[in-house]
Amino acid sequence: MSIERCCGNNKTMSGHFFLIAEKSKLYFTFQDQAEQFFRSGHTNNWAVLVCTSRFWFNYRHVANTLSVYRSVKRLGIPDSHIVLMLADDMACNPRNPKPATVFSHKNMELNVYGDDVEVDYRSYEVTVENFLRVLTGRIPPSTPRSKRLLSDDRSNILIYMTGHGGNGFLKFQDSEEITNVELADAFEQMWQKRRYNELLFIIDTCQGASMYERFYSPNIMALASSQVGEDSLSHQPDLEIGVHLMDRYTFYVLEFLEEIHPASQTNMNDLFQVCPKSLCVSTPGHRTDLFQRDPQNVLITDFFGSVRKVEITTGALALDRDVAALESNCL
Amino acid sequence: MGLLSDPQCRRALARLLLRLNTPLCVLSYLAGLTWFLLLPALAPRTYLSENAMGSTMVGEGSDLGPRALALARDFGAHKRKVGGMPVEWLEQTMFQLGLEVHRQPFSRTLPFPDEAHERYLVRGTNVFGVLRAPRAASTEALLLLVPGSEGSKNNQAVGLLLALAGYCRGQVYWAKDLIFLVTEHDLLGTQAWLEAYHDVNLTGIHSGGVPGRAGAIQAALALELSSDVLTSVDVAVEGLNGQVPNLDLLTLFHSFCLKSGLLCTFQGKLPPPEGPSGPGYAQSLRTMGLMVLGQAGGGPGGAHGLFLRFRIEALTLRGINSFRQHKFHLGALGRTLEGMFRKLNNLLERLHQSYFLYLLPSLSRFVSIGSYMPALGLLLLVLVLRSDEGEGDPPPEEARGGLLWLLPPILVSGGAGAALYLLPVRGQAVATQHFPVGEAEAVVLALIGIYVAGMALPHSTHRWVRGCPTRGWMTLKLLALLALALLLTCLALLNFSLGFLLGATLVPPAAAVRPGGSRLPLAILLVLTTPGLSLFLAVLLERELLEAPAGLGEAWQRFLGALGQGLLQEHLHGAHLSPLLCLGAYPCWLLLWNVLFWK
Repeated sequence: MSIERCCGNNKTMSGHFFLIAEKSKLYFTFQDQAEQFFRSGHTNNWAVLVCTSRFWFNYRHVANTLSVYRSVKRLGIPDSHIVLMLADDMACNPRNPKPATVFSHKNMELNVYGDDVEVDYRSYEVTVENFLRVLTGRIPPSTPRSKRLLSDDRSNILIYMTGHGGNGFLKFQDSEEITNVELADAFEQMWQKRRYNELLFIIDTCQGASMYERFYSPNIMALASSQVGEDSLSHQPDLEIGVHLMDRYTFYVLEFLEEIHPASQTNMNDLFQVCPKSLCVSTPGHRTDLFQRDPQNVLITDFFGSVRKVEITTGALALDRDVAALESNCL
Repeated sequence: MGLLSDPQCRRALARLLLRLNTPLCVLSYLAGLTWFLLLPALAPRTYLSENAMGSTMVGEGSDLGPRALALARDFGAHKRKVGGMPVEWLEQTMFQLGLEVHRQPFSRTLPFPDEAHERYLVRGTNVFGVLRAPRAASTEALLLLVPGSEGSKNNQAVGLLLALAGYCRGQVYWAKDLIFLVTEHDLLGTQAWLEAYHDVNLTGIHSGGVPGRAGAIQAALALELSSDVLTSVDVAVEGLNGQVPNLDLLTLFHSFCLKSGLLCTFQGKLPPPEGPSGPGYAQSLRTMGLMVLGQAGGGPGGAHGLFLRFRIEALTLRGINSFRQHKFHLGALGRTLEGMFRKLNNLLERLHQSYFLYLLPSLSRFVSIGSYMPALGLLLLVLVLRSDEGEGDPPPEEARGGLLWLLPPILVSGGAGAALYLLPVRGQAVATQHFPVGEAEAVVLALIGIYVAGMALPHSTHRWVRGCPTRGWMTLKLLALLALALLLTCLALLNFSLGFLLGATLVPPAAAVRPGGSRLPLAILLVLTTPGLSLFLAVLLERELLEAPAGLGEAWQRFLGALGQGLLQEHLHGAHLSPLLCLGAYPCWLLLWNVLFWK
């Protein structure tokens, strides 16, 4: 951080005092602005996007996850801050009639695979153990940086999970499950290790609301695509590819997110309204009782974007309280 | 005290069972038959169990009709020119379509000439082309088969196969290899190819190896089509030894037919009307009865029947051109085949989610093994009840006789069975020397002759070894009942239909037979239910169910034909009917015959 040198040429004593007074006033104005910069309490954003199901007929889960990845990247979170876990490779599946693509809209309107997808955990690496290790940070030392969640106590983390689920569990890879209790405990570990500032948890599976029932750590907001006892339905059947391309809830979330840009002021209450029962058939749910702020004041970009407020200043911001010493250095 | 642990109670229960033995036996037998007759009325609907096929969808894009017809004409012309299978032309055409082509020669000398197909020494060549999956590892394959025949049979099927191969070559979404196989001499060629592909030698066929392999075959479809247009597609399900393919394959085909509007029939008949109704029930019962008879016969019902033994799910589709007005072009069948292969392409494992053992009252309803097995169980209960018949206290002096006297009757019955199994085919040279008939007729007549001679064998063999008590016939009957029960239990697991039919005919005489008194009614019953006559009656019943009733003369000719085919199939394909009847049912029946004429 460099100290801006003053550009005054007046070297008389009165001029110095005048300059000092002016600088102090400027200092306090910039302090307010600096306060605003840290209004929401977080300084960096992370995203953990997990698709837990494999096999060709679960194409839509990979498309779901890649849609959220695409939105999150577009809104500013870089690949180094995204942990993308895809349990199967749909783009290069021999059954894909359009190789190297994953579409999210029928008639192949939108290819969410793109050219710059960076998958961190692929195929059989997507296990419950690896997922929990990523969350809690208990990772073997040889793990590369791209596979780590290097969050701190000022990080806002978005966790998106999709796949097949049931009442109280989510199926990983057709061979194991993670229960809502395990997930709640993992989040508590994260809280105690100061690994997040605020957490947004979105899940798109059947009976998704059961997964956030057991959370007990503070600063967690959760959204789910369906209530206990309901199925989340698929959307966008495409005859050429031969599978359903998306799930309903994530499809409408994607449409909602396409309207968001990095400077949007849209808040969480709007996200709660996405995909009413008439469109989704299932009833989406949310949980905000653990969250300290009012959802009205929480911006979408607090979680989906990596907000970097940059304001060009022409003035100086003295961070050293010893102005006199600074002055003597200037002259 | 518990009902069964209290000895007093147990003795009372045993006495009750003895007293009510005959009524219980009759009740159990009738209950078994009634259970079987009620099955078509309570059969649930079929459904697709495999998620990889059910949750995916297909948009067919092919129009193979014109291409298929052109190729069919070409094939027919070359077939006429060569006078057999045009191997070079097939190889060249498949190569031009972009497949990896191989040929496989085979030859076989039949044990005796086949009257039905007029062949004895068979030599042929199979031709097949493999479409390699563009981005997969060639670990699995799907198969389309046309059994090539003489004359102009199945020409259009070959044309459709080649057209479909050309279309499939242009698609990139295949995860399994596709094998397009044209065999010669229909079932013989198919058997040769299968044995060579799996590197086994089950039936003594001489064949060149199969140089191009494509991995484990997940499913196969056999196509038979001899006309340019078709009115319906008939599907054949029963295979060798009564095996059937996984129900999912049949449901898949049926759903495709419903989707495309193609008329799909089973056993040549339209589906029965929906909802409970008298005629609907009658037709369902008739369909199920024909399927039971077909399964009991154990012959391969089409080329698909030979695949089932390798656990390759397969169906035979026969295009029928009847007098109905609404005709379908080959393109409709081509689209159905394309859709089926695309859905089967989505499979990740072998078909295993649905039933492997079932009976079909119609194409959209099924009877699972859990529903039909109690019928046979009730028949076996009769045998179990009857084996308690002699449970009264035996007189002391008879109990010390030992059991060695049982050996001669058993050996004689077993020997007769072995003679029936081995002699007709091996002794055909002797038979043709002595009688002015062809080999095939000699074999069949020798079979009948040995069968009848077995009935005239001495009945007092139990006297050859000392120690036989006066009421020893009960022990012999017990032995016969146990042997029959063992045979039927094994058949229940291997081929339920054969077990049920044998049980329905053999259980009443087995229960009722006893020496002494008036032997005539029992003798008549025993002769009527002998396995040979049951086979004749089954032929009559089949003709009746097919609504083409046969007179006695025609039935006799068909019966002789069935005997010949049964023997041939055992040698050519490894069918089980001949050994089971000769070595299993016939000796049991001879033991009962011995019991009847006990002195």
